[in-house]
Amino acid sequence: MEQFAALDKKTALVLDQKDNVAVALTDLIAGDVCVVVEDGGKRYEVVTVEDIPFGHKFALVDFQKDDGVFKYGEEIGKMKVEMKKGGWIHNHNMYCDRGMK
Amino acid sequence: MMGDKFWGYRRENGCVGVRNLIAIIPSVFCSAKVAQRIDQSVPKAVHFSHPVGCSQVGADLAITAKTLIGVGRNPNFSGVVVVGLGCERFTPAELAQGIAPTGKMLETVVIQDVGDSIAAIEKGTRYARHMQQAASIQRREECDVSELMIGLNCGGSDTTSGLVANPALGIASDKLVAQGGSSILTELTELIGTEHILARRAINEEVAADILKAIRTMEERLKRQTQNSSNEKRKNLISTGNFDGGLSSVVEKSLGGMKKSGNAQFVEVFKYGNAPTKKGLLLLDGPGHDGEVTTGQVAAGAQIVCFPTGRGTPSGFPGVPVIKITGNPRTYERMKENLDINAGTVITGEKSLQQVGEEIYREIIAVASGKITRAEALGHDEQFCIWRMPD
Repeated sequence: MEQFAALDKKTALVLDQKDNVAVALTDLIAGDVCVVVEDGGKRYEVVTVEDIPFGHKFALVDFQKDDGVFKYGEEIGKMKVEMKKGGWIHNHNMYCDRGMK
Repeated sequence: MMGDKFWGYRRENGCVGVRNLIAIIPSVFCSAKVAQRIDQSVPKAVHFSHPVGCSQVGADLAITAKTLIGVGRNPNFSGVVVVGLGCERFTPAELAQGIAPTGKMLETVVIQDVGDSIAAIEKGTRYARHMQQAASIQRREECDVSELMIGLNCGGSDTTSGLVANPALGIASDKLVAQGGSSILTELTELIGTEHILARRAINEEVAADILKAIRTMEERLKRQTQNSSNEKRKNLISTGNFDGGLSSVVEKSLGGMKKSGNAQFVEVFKYGNAPTKKGLLLLDGPGHDGEVTTGQVAAGAQIVCFPTGRGTPSGFPGVPVIKITGNPRTYERMKENLDINAGTVITGEKSLQQVGEEIYREIIAVASGKITRAEALGHDEQFCIWRMPD
Protein backbone atom coordinates (compact mmCIF):
# COMPACT_ATOMS: atom_id res chain seq x y z
CA MET A 1 0.00 0.00 0.00
CA GLU A 2 2.97 2.30 -0.50
CA GLN A 3 1.54 4.03 -3.49
CA PHE A 4 -2.12 4.03 -4.52
CA ALA A 5 -3.70 4.32 -7.93
CA ALA A 6 -5.14 7.61 -9.13
CA LEU A 7 -8.59 8.63 -7.90
CA ASP A 8 -10.19 8.60 -11.34
CA LYS A 9 -9.75 4.84 -11.59
CA LYS A 10 -12.23 2.53 -9.88
CA THR A 11 -9.94 1.02 -7.29
CA ALA A 12 -10.19 -0.34 -3.77
CA LEU A 13 -7.62 -1.42 -1.23
CA VAL A 14 -7.30 -4.52 0.96
CA LEU A 15 -5.09 -3.75 3.96
CA ASP A 16 -4.29 -7.25 5.25
CA GLN A 17 -4.39 -10.85 4.05
CA LYS A 18 -7.00 -11.70 6.72
CA ASP A 19 -9.39 -8.96 5.54
CA ASN A 20 -12.76 -9.76 3.99
CA VAL A 21 -13.60 -6.16 3.05
CA ALA A 22 -11.98 -3.65 0.70
CA VAL A 23 -11.85 0.17 1.08
CA ALA A 24 -13.08 2.14 -1.95
CA LEU A 25 -10.57 4.76 -3.13
CA THR A 26 -13.20 6.40 -5.34
CA ASP A 27 -16.99 6.71 -5.30
CA LEU A 28 -18.43 3.48 -6.76
CA ILE A 29 -21.93 2.81 -8.05
CA ALA A 30 -23.77 -0.51 -8.17
CA GLY A 31 -22.49 -2.61 -11.07
CA ASP A 32 -19.04 -1.01 -11.23
CA VAL A 33 -16.17 -3.36 -11.96
CA CYS A 34 -13.68 -2.34 -9.29
CA VAL A 35 -10.00 -3.27 -9.27
CA VAL A 36 -9.16 -4.52 -5.80
CA VAL A 37 -5.50 -4.15 -4.80
CA GLU A 38 -4.22 -6.35 -1.98
CA ASP A 39 -1.38 -5.49 0.36
CA GLY A 40 1.49 -7.09 -1.54
CA GLY A 41 0.25 -6.05 -4.97
CA LYS A 42 -2.12 -8.86 -6.01
CA ARG A 43 -5.06 -7.48 -8.07
CA TYR A 44 -8.47 -8.80 -8.99
CA GLU A 45 -11.89 -7.48 -9.98
CA VAL A 46 -15.04 -7.31 -7.86
CA VAL A 47 -18.43 -6.14 -9.16
CA THR A 48 -20.22 -3.87 -6.68
CA VAL A 49 -23.88 -4.67 -5.94
CA GLU A 50 -24.56 -1.34 -4.18
CA ASP A 51 -23.24 2.23 -4.34
CA ILE A 52 -20.05 2.51 -2.23
CA PRO A 53 -18.91 6.05 -1.24
CA PHE A 54 -15.21 6.99 -1.25
CA GLY A 55 -13.49 5.61 1.84
CA HIS A 56 -16.26 3.12 2.64
CA LYS A 57 -16.05 -0.69 2.72
CA PHE A 58 -17.54 -3.43 0.57
CA ALA A 59 -17.71 -7.21 0.99
CA LEU A 60 -15.12 -9.43 -0.71
CA VAL A 61 -17.04 -12.58 0.25
CA ASP A 62 -20.67 -13.55 0.94
CA PHE A 63 -21.36 -12.83 4.64
CA GLN A 64 -23.80 -14.69 6.90
CA LYS A 65 -25.40 -12.97 9.92
CA ASP A 66 -22.88 -12.65 12.83
CA ASP A 67 -19.85 -13.29 10.59
CA GLY A 68 -16.82 -11.24 11.64
CA VAL A 69 -15.79 -8.27 9.50
CA PHE A 70 -11.99 -7.99 9.18
CA LYS A 71 -10.01 -4.85 8.28
CA TYR A 72 -6.32 -4.16 9.12
CA GLY A 73 -6.20 -7.92 9.86
CA GLU A 74 -8.44 -7.44 12.93
CA GLU A 75 -12.14 -7.94 13.62
CA ILE A 76 -13.82 -4.51 13.55
CA GLY A 77 -17.37 -5.88 14.10
CA LYS A 78 -19.91 -8.52 13.07
CA MET A 79 -22.70 -8.54 10.49
CA LYS A 80 -26.28 -7.85 11.66
CA VAL A 81 -27.60 -9.43 8.44
CA GLU A 82 -26.47 -11.43 5.40
CA MET A 83 -24.50 -9.55 2.75
CA LYS A 84 -23.49 -10.55 -0.76
CA LYS A 85 -20.01 -10.03 -2.18
CA GLY A 86 -19.78 -6.47 -3.56
CA GLY A 87 -22.25 -5.07 -0.98
CA TRP A 88 -21.75 -1.99 1.21
CA ILE A 89 -20.70 -2.73 4.81
CA HIS A 90 -21.22 0.03 7.34
CA ASN A 91 -22.89 0.73 10.69
CA HIS A 92 -26.36 0.05 9.21
CA ASN A 93 -25.54 -3.65 8.78
CA MET A 94 -22.53 -4.15 11.07
CA TYR A 95 -22.35 -4.03 14.88
CA CYS A 96 -19.59 -3.75 17.46
CA ASP A 97 -20.20 -3.70 21.21
CA ARG A 98 -16.75 -2.57 22.34
CA GLY A 99 -16.86 0.57 24.49
CA MET A 100 -20.63 0.23 24.98
CA LYS A 101 -22.88 -1.64 27.38
CA MET B 1 22.96 11.09 20.78
CA MET B 2 23.64 13.50 17.92
CA GLY B 3 20.54 14.03 15.86
CA ASP B 4 18.95 16.65 13.63
CA LYS B 5 18.86 20.21 14.95
CA PHE B 6 16.26 22.93 15.34
CA TRP B 7 16.28 26.49 16.70
CA GLY B 8 14.62 26.83 20.10
CA TYR B 9 14.50 28.93 23.26
CA ARG B 10 16.54 27.41 26.10
CA ARG B 11 14.79 27.93 29.48
CA GLU B 12 16.23 28.36 32.99
CA ASN B 13 15.59 24.68 33.83
CA GLY B 14 17.25 23.41 30.65
CA CYS B 15 14.03 22.65 28.76
CA VAL B 16 13.56 24.11 25.27
CA GLY B 17 10.57 26.06 24.01
CA VAL B 18 9.58 26.51 20.38
CA ARG B 19 7.62 29.71 21.11
CA ASN B 20 8.49 32.63 23.42
CA LEU B 21 5.18 33.77 24.87
CA ILE B 22 3.73 34.98 28.17
CA ALA B 23 0.99 32.71 29.57
CA ILE B 24 -1.86 34.33 31.50
CA ILE B 25 -3.44 31.54 33.57
CA PRO B 26 -6.56 31.90 35.74
CA SER B 27 -6.64 29.57 38.75
CA VAL B 28 -10.45 29.55 38.61
CA PHE B 29 -13.18 30.36 36.07
CA CYS B 30 -14.08 33.52 38.05
CA SER B 31 -10.82 35.19 36.98
CA ALA B 32 -11.01 34.06 33.33
CA LYS B 33 -12.18 37.39 31.92
CA VAL B 34 -9.47 39.32 33.74
CA ALA B 35 -6.91 36.89 32.28
CA GLN B 36 -8.37 37.41 28.81
CA ARG B 37 -8.26 41.22 29.18
CA ILE B 38 -4.59 41.08 30.23
CA ASP B 39 -3.83 38.91 27.17
CA GLN B 40 -5.62 41.46 24.94
CA SER B 41 -3.34 44.21 26.25
CA VAL B 42 -0.09 42.32 25.63
CA PRO B 43 0.82 41.30 22.05
CA LYS B 44 3.03 38.31 22.91
CA ALA B 45 0.66 36.78 25.45
CA VAL B 46 -1.87 33.94 25.42
CA HIS B 47 -4.54 33.18 28.01
CA PHE B 48 -6.01 29.92 29.26
CA SER B 49 -9.66 30.47 30.15
CA HIS B 50 -11.43 27.44 31.64
CA PRO B 51 -14.68 26.69 33.49
CA VAL B 52 -13.19 24.95 36.58
CA GLY B 53 -10.96 25.52 39.65
CA CYS B 54 -13.63 25.53 42.36
CA SER B 55 -16.45 23.33 43.73
CA GLN B 56 -14.50 20.25 42.67
CA VAL B 57 -13.15 17.43 44.85
CA GLY B 58 -10.80 14.46 44.71
CA ALA B 59 -9.33 13.22 41.45
CA ASP B 60 -11.31 15.77 39.44
CA LEU B 61 -9.82 18.74 41.34
CA ALA B 62 -6.36 17.13 41.34
CA ILE B 63 -6.45 16.77 37.54
CA THR B 64 -7.47 20.43 37.14
CA ALA B 65 -4.68 21.56 39.48
CA LYS B 66 -1.95 19.42 37.91
CA THR B 67 -2.99 20.32 34.37
CA LEU B 68 -2.96 24.08 35.00
CA ILE B 69 0.45 23.79 36.68
CA GLY B 70 1.72 21.66 33.77
CA VAL B 71 0.55 24.20 31.18
CA GLY B 72 2.34 26.95 33.13
CA ARG B 73 5.51 24.84 33.19
CA ASN B 74 5.46 24.23 29.41
CA PRO B 75 8.71 25.64 27.95
CA ASN B 76 6.91 27.48 25.13
CA PHE B 77 6.13 30.10 27.80
CA SER B 78 8.96 32.32 29.03
CA GLY B 79 6.81 33.84 31.75
CA VAL B 80 3.50 33.27 33.51
CA VAL B 81 1.01 35.62 35.16
CA VAL B 82 -1.29 33.66 37.50
CA VAL B 83 -4.67 35.36 37.94
CA GLY B 84 -6.72 34.31 40.96
CA LEU B 85 -9.98 35.46 42.46
CA GLY B 86 -9.00 34.87 46.10
CA CYS B 87 -11.54 32.44 47.56
CA GLU B 88 -11.26 29.51 45.10
CA ARG B 89 -10.55 25.90 46.11
CA PHE B 90 -7.51 25.65 43.81
CA THR B 91 -5.57 28.62 45.18
CA PRO B 92 -3.49 30.95 42.99
CA ALA B 93 -0.59 30.38 45.42
CA GLU B 94 -0.70 26.64 44.77
CA LEU B 95 -0.71 27.25 41.01
CA ALA B 96 2.26 29.63 41.28
CA GLN B 97 4.18 27.27 43.59
CA GLY B 98 3.76 24.48 41.06
CA ILE B 99 5.21 26.59 38.25
CA ALA B 100 7.99 28.27 40.29
CA PRO B 101 10.55 25.39 40.17
CA THR B 102 10.99 26.00 36.41
CA GLY B 103 12.71 29.30 37.30
CA LYS B 104 10.75 31.17 34.63
CA MET B 105 9.35 34.70 35.14
CA LEU B 106 6.29 34.38 37.37
CA GLU B 107 3.88 36.83 39.00
CA THR B 108 0.48 36.48 40.68
CA VAL B 109 -2.50 38.84 40.70
CA VAL B 110 -5.44 38.14 43.01
CA ILE B 111 -8.57 40.13 42.21
CA GLN B 112 -9.96 40.27 45.79
CA ASP B 113 -6.53 41.44 47.06
CA VAL B 114 -5.98 44.25 44.56
CA GLY B 115 -9.51 45.67 44.70
CA ASP B 116 -11.53 44.99 41.59
CA SER B 117 -11.26 43.51 38.12
CA ILE B 118 -10.07 46.76 36.54
CA ALA B 119 -7.26 47.04 39.10
CA ALA B 120 -6.38 43.36 38.51
CA ILE B 121 -6.25 43.87 34.74
CA GLU B 122 -3.96 46.86 35.22
CA LYS B 123 -1.60 45.05 37.59
CA GLY B 124 -1.50 41.92 35.46
CA THR B 125 -0.90 43.94 32.29
CA ARG B 126 2.10 45.68 33.89
CA TYR B 127 3.57 42.30 34.91
CA ALA B 128 3.02 40.77 31.47
CA ARG B 129 4.38 43.84 29.64
CA HIS B 130 7.59 43.72 31.69
CA MET B 131 7.92 39.98 31.03
CA GLN B 132 7.42 40.53 27.33
CA GLN B 133 10.25 43.05 27.24
CA ALA B 134 12.57 40.71 29.16
CA ALA B 135 11.65 37.80 26.85
CA SER B 136 12.31 39.92 23.76
CA ILE B 137 16.08 39.84 24.25
CA GLN B 138 16.25 36.04 24.18
CA ARG B 139 17.42 34.53 20.88
CA ARG B 140 16.81 31.07 19.47
CA GLU B 141 19.75 28.70 19.77
CA GLU B 142 20.59 25.44 18.07
CA CYS B 143 19.06 22.48 19.90
CA ASP B 144 19.00 18.75 19.32
CA VAL B 145 15.70 17.11 18.26
CA SER B 146 16.03 14.90 21.35
CA GLU B 147 14.74 18.01 23.20
CA LEU B 148 11.43 17.84 21.32
CA MET B 149 8.23 16.26 22.61
CA ILE B 150 5.29 16.05 20.22
CA GLY B 151 1.68 15.24 21.01
CA LEU B 152 -0.25 12.98 18.61
CA ASN B 153 -3.98 13.51 18.24
CA CYS B 154 -6.41 12.87 15.43
CA GLY B 155 -9.75 14.61 15.13
CA GLY B 156 -12.50 14.54 12.54
CA SER B 157 -11.26 11.15 11.36
CA ASP B 158 -12.36 9.32 8.23
CA THR B 159 -10.98 6.21 6.59
CA THR B 160 -8.11 8.16 4.99
CA SER B 161 -6.80 8.95 8.50
CA GLY B 162 -6.07 5.28 9.12
CA LEU B 163 -4.92 4.63 5.54
CA VAL B 164 -2.41 7.45 5.04
CA ALA B 165 -2.35 10.44 7.46
CA ASN B 166 -1.79 8.39 10.63
CA PRO B 167 0.74 5.92 9.13
CA ALA B 168 2.68 8.86 7.62
CA LEU B 169 2.70 10.63 11.01
CA GLY B 170 3.88 7.32 12.51
CA ILE B 171 6.91 7.43 10.20
CA ALA B 172 7.72 10.98 11.41
CA SER B 173 7.16 9.98 15.06
CA ASP B 174 9.47 6.97 14.71
CA LYS B 175 12.17 9.20 13.21
CA LEU B 176 11.94 11.64 16.15
CA VAL B 177 11.91 8.85 18.75
CA ALA B 178 14.90 7.09 17.09
CA GLN B 179 16.91 10.30 17.70
CA GLY B 180 16.00 10.49 21.38
CA GLY B 181 12.92 12.71 21.13
CA SER B 182 9.51 12.00 22.63
CA SER B 183 6.09 11.39 21.14
CA ILE B 184 2.82 11.02 23.09
CA LEU B 185 -0.14 8.86 22.06
CA THR B 186 -3.38 9.39 24.07
CA GLU B 187 -7.08 8.98 23.09
CA LEU B 188 -7.64 5.77 25.06
CA THR B 189 -11.33 5.74 24.15
CA GLU B 190 -10.13 5.42 20.55
CA LEU B 191 -7.58 2.71 21.22
CA ILE B 192 -10.25 0.20 22.25
CA GLY B 193 -9.64 -2.99 20.30
CA THR B 194 -5.92 -2.33 19.77
CA GLU B 195 -4.68 -3.03 23.30
CA HIS B 196 -3.23 -6.46 22.40
CA ILE B 197 -1.25 -4.90 19.52
CA LEU B 198 0.01 -1.94 21.59
CA ALA B 199 0.95 -4.19 24.52
CA ARG B 200 3.18 -6.24 22.19
CA ARG B 201 5.07 -3.02 21.47
CA ALA B 202 5.80 -2.31 25.17
CA ILE B 203 9.45 -2.16 26.20
CA ASN B 204 8.83 -4.57 29.09
CA GLU B 205 6.06 -6.57 30.80
CA GLU B 206 5.31 -3.83 33.29
CA VAL B 207 4.57 -1.28 30.55
CA ALA B 208 2.54 -3.92 28.66
CA ALA B 209 0.42 -4.47 31.79
CA ASP B 210 0.01 -0.69 32.21
CA ILE B 211 -1.25 -0.37 28.60
CA LEU B 212 -3.79 -3.19 29.00
CA LYS B 213 -4.99 -1.84 32.35
CA ALA B 214 -5.34 1.77 31.16
CA ILE B 215 -7.42 0.84 28.10
CA ARG B 216 -9.54 -1.65 30.08
CA THR B 217 -10.25 0.95 32.79
CA MET B 218 -11.28 3.50 30.13
CA GLU B 219 -13.59 0.97 28.44
CA GLU B 220 -15.20 0.05 31.80
CA ARG B 221 -15.78 3.75 32.54
CA LEU B 222 -17.51 4.14 29.16
CA LYS B 223 -19.68 1.09 29.81
CA ARG B 224 -20.85 2.56 33.14
CA GLN B 225 -21.78 5.79 31.36
CA THR B 226 -23.81 4.05 28.65
CA GLN B 227 -25.54 1.44 30.85
CA ASN B 228 -28.54 3.63 31.61
CA SER B 229 -31.17 2.98 28.94
CA SER B 230 -32.16 6.68 28.91
CA ASN B 231 -28.78 7.28 27.26
CA GLU B 232 -29.49 4.67 24.58
CA LYS B 233 -29.06 7.16 21.74
CA ARG B 234 -25.92 8.71 23.26
CA LYS B 235 -23.64 5.71 23.46
CA ASN B 236 -21.81 5.94 20.16
CA LEU B 237 -18.12 6.57 20.67
CA ILE B 238 -17.68 7.77 17.14
CA SER B 239 -19.29 10.82 15.57
CA THR B 240 -21.66 11.27 12.66
CA GLY B 241 -18.74 12.64 10.64
CA ASN B 242 -16.70 9.51 11.35
CA PHE B 243 -19.64 7.41 10.11
CA ASP B 244 -20.05 9.57 7.00
CA GLY B 245 -16.32 9.17 6.38
CA GLY B 246 -16.69 5.39 6.25
CA LEU B 247 -15.74 4.35 9.80
CA SER B 248 -18.25 1.79 11.09
CA SER B 249 -17.05 1.01 14.62
CA VAL B 250 -14.77 2.30 17.35
CA VAL B 251 -12.45 -0.67 16.77
CA GLU B 252 -12.06 0.29 13.10
CA LYS B 253 -11.31 3.88 14.14
CA SER B 254 -8.85 2.68 16.80
CA LEU B 255 -6.92 0.42 14.42
CA GLY B 256 -6.37 3.43 12.16
CA GLY B 257 -5.76 5.80 15.09
CA MET B 258 -2.95 3.83 16.69
CA LYS B 259 -0.93 4.00 13.46
CA LYS B 260 0.14 7.55 14.25
CA SER B 261 2.41 6.10 16.96
CA GLY B 262 4.50 4.32 14.31
CA ASN B 263 6.32 1.13 15.22
CA ALA B 264 8.46 2.31 18.15
CA GLN B 265 8.31 0.65 21.57
CA PHE B 266 6.27 2.24 24.35
CA VAL B 267 8.56 3.17 27.26
CA GLU B 268 6.01 4.53 29.76
CA VAL B 269 2.30 4.95 30.50
CA PHE B 270 1.64 8.11 32.55
CA LYS B 271 -1.39 9.75 34.14
CA TYR B 272 -3.27 12.82 32.90
CA GLY B 273 -1.90 16.02 34.46
CA ASN B 274 1.54 14.47 34.98
CA ALA B 275 4.76 14.75 32.98
CA PRO B 276 6.52 11.57 31.82
CA THR B 277 9.70 10.40 33.57
CA LYS B 278 11.16 8.79 30.43
CA LYS B 279 11.89 9.90 26.86
CA GLY B 280 10.67 8.02 23.82
CA LEU B 281 7.22 6.83 22.76
CA LEU B 282 4.76 7.45 25.61
CA LEU B 283 1.12 6.67 26.32
CA LEU B 284 -0.80 9.37 28.21
CA ASP B 285 -3.77 7.85 30.05
CA GLY B 286 -6.52 10.19 28.90
CA PRO B 287 -9.76 10.42 26.94
CA GLY B 288 -10.55 10.96 23.24
CA HIS B 289 -11.78 14.58 23.14
CA ASP B 290 -9.37 16.56 20.91
CA GLY B 291 -8.98 19.46 23.34
CA GLU B 292 -8.69 17.31 26.46
CA VAL B 293 -6.03 15.22 24.70
CA THR B 294 -3.85 18.10 23.51
CA THR B 295 -4.26 19.93 26.84
CA GLY B 296 -2.95 16.84 28.66
CA GLN B 297 -0.07 16.59 26.19
CA VAL B 298 0.86 20.29 26.57
CA ALA B 299 0.68 19.93 30.38
CA ALA B 300 3.10 16.99 30.00
CA GLY B 301 5.56 19.28 28.21
CA ALA B 302 4.77 18.79 24.50
CA GLN B 303 5.95 21.84 22.52
CA ILE B 304 4.15 20.82 19.29
CA VAL B 305 1.01 18.83 18.46
CA CYS B 306 0.64 16.82 15.22
CA PHE B 307 -3.00 16.45 14.26
CA PRO B 308 -4.29 14.25 11.40
CA THR B 309 -7.82 15.12 10.29
CA GLY B 310 -9.64 13.40 7.44
CA ARG B 311 -12.82 15.45 7.66
CA GLY B 312 -10.93 18.68 8.36
CA THR B 313 -10.89 20.69 11.60
CA PRO B 314 -9.42 24.19 12.09
CA SER B 315 -8.78 24.12 15.86
CA GLY B 316 -5.50 25.18 17.45
CA PHE B 317 -3.91 25.54 20.89
CA PRO B 318 -2.86 28.78 22.65
CA GLY B 319 0.92 29.13 22.40
CA VAL B 320 1.50 25.62 21.05
CA PRO B 321 1.69 25.00 17.29
CA VAL B 322 -0.71 22.35 15.97
CA ILE B 323 0.33 20.82 12.62
CA LYS B 324 -2.72 19.70 10.64
CA ILE B 325 -2.38 16.72 8.31
CA THR B 326 -5.15 15.39 6.10
CA GLY B 327 -5.14 12.09 4.24
CA ASN B 328 -8.21 13.08 2.26
CA PRO B 329 -7.35 14.89 -1.02
CA ARG B 330 -10.91 16.28 -1.26
CA THR B 331 -10.70 17.75 2.24
CA TYR B 332 -7.35 19.34 1.37
CA GLU B 333 -8.86 21.05 -1.67
CA ARG B 334 -11.77 22.40 0.40
CA MET B 335 -9.90 23.40 3.56
CA LYS B 336 -6.38 24.28 2.35
CA GLU B 337 -6.15 27.34 4.60
CA ASN B 338 -6.58 25.17 7.70
CA LEU B 339 -4.22 22.36 6.70
CA ASP B 340 -0.41 22.17 6.80
CA ILE B 341 0.25 18.82 5.10
CA ASN B 342 -1.61 17.09 2.26
CA ALA B 343 -1.09 13.37 2.86
CA GLY B 344 -3.87 12.82 0.31
CA THR B 345 -1.06 12.83 -2.25
CA VAL B 346 -0.58 9.16 -1.27
CA ILE B 347 -4.21 8.37 -2.19
CA THR B 348 -3.87 10.17 -5.54
CA GLY B 349 -0.61 8.31 -6.25
CA GLU B 350 1.61 11.43 -6.37
CA LYS B 351 3.75 10.50 -3.37
CA SER B 352 4.64 7.45 -1.31
CA LEU B 353 3.76 7.06 2.35
CA GLN B 354 7.48 7.30 3.18
CA GLN B 355 7.80 10.61 1.30
CA VAL B 356 4.87 12.14 3.18
CA GLY B 357 6.26 10.82 6.48
CA GLU B 358 9.54 12.65 5.72
CA GLU B 359 7.55 15.76 4.76
CA ILE B 360 5.77 15.74 8.14
CA TYR B 361 9.08 15.28 9.97
CA ARG B 362 10.64 18.25 8.12
CA GLU B 363 7.55 20.33 8.95
CA ILE B 364 7.95 19.47 12.66
CA ILE B 365 11.57 20.74 12.55
CA ALA B 366 10.55 23.90 10.65
CA VAL B 367 7.70 24.65 13.06
CA ALA B 368 9.97 23.97 16.05
CA SER B 369 12.38 26.55 14.59
CA GLY B 370 9.70 29.24 14.31
CA LYS B 371 7.58 28.63 11.20
CA ILE B 372 3.98 29.28 12.19
CA THR B 373 1.27 26.74 11.42
CA ARG B 374 -1.97 27.46 9.57
CA ALA B 375 -3.84 27.30 12.90
CA GLU B 376 -1.46 29.91 14.38
CA ALA B 377 -1.69 32.13 11.30
CA LEU B 378 -5.48 32.12 11.58
CA GLY B 379 -5.48 32.61 15.37
CA HIS B 380 -7.13 29.30 16.24
CA ASP B 381 -6.77 28.54 19.97
CA GLU B 382 -9.86 26.55 20.96
CA GLN B 383 -8.29 23.27 22.07
CA PHE B 384 -7.42 24.23 25.66
CA CYS B 385 -9.82 22.32 27.89
CA ILE B 386 -9.11 20.20 30.92
CA TRP B 387 -10.39 16.62 31.26
CA ARG B 388 -13.05 16.27 33.98
CA MET B 389 -12.79 12.93 35.72
CA PRO B 390 -16.31 11.55 35.28
CA ASP B 391 -16.38 9.17 38.27
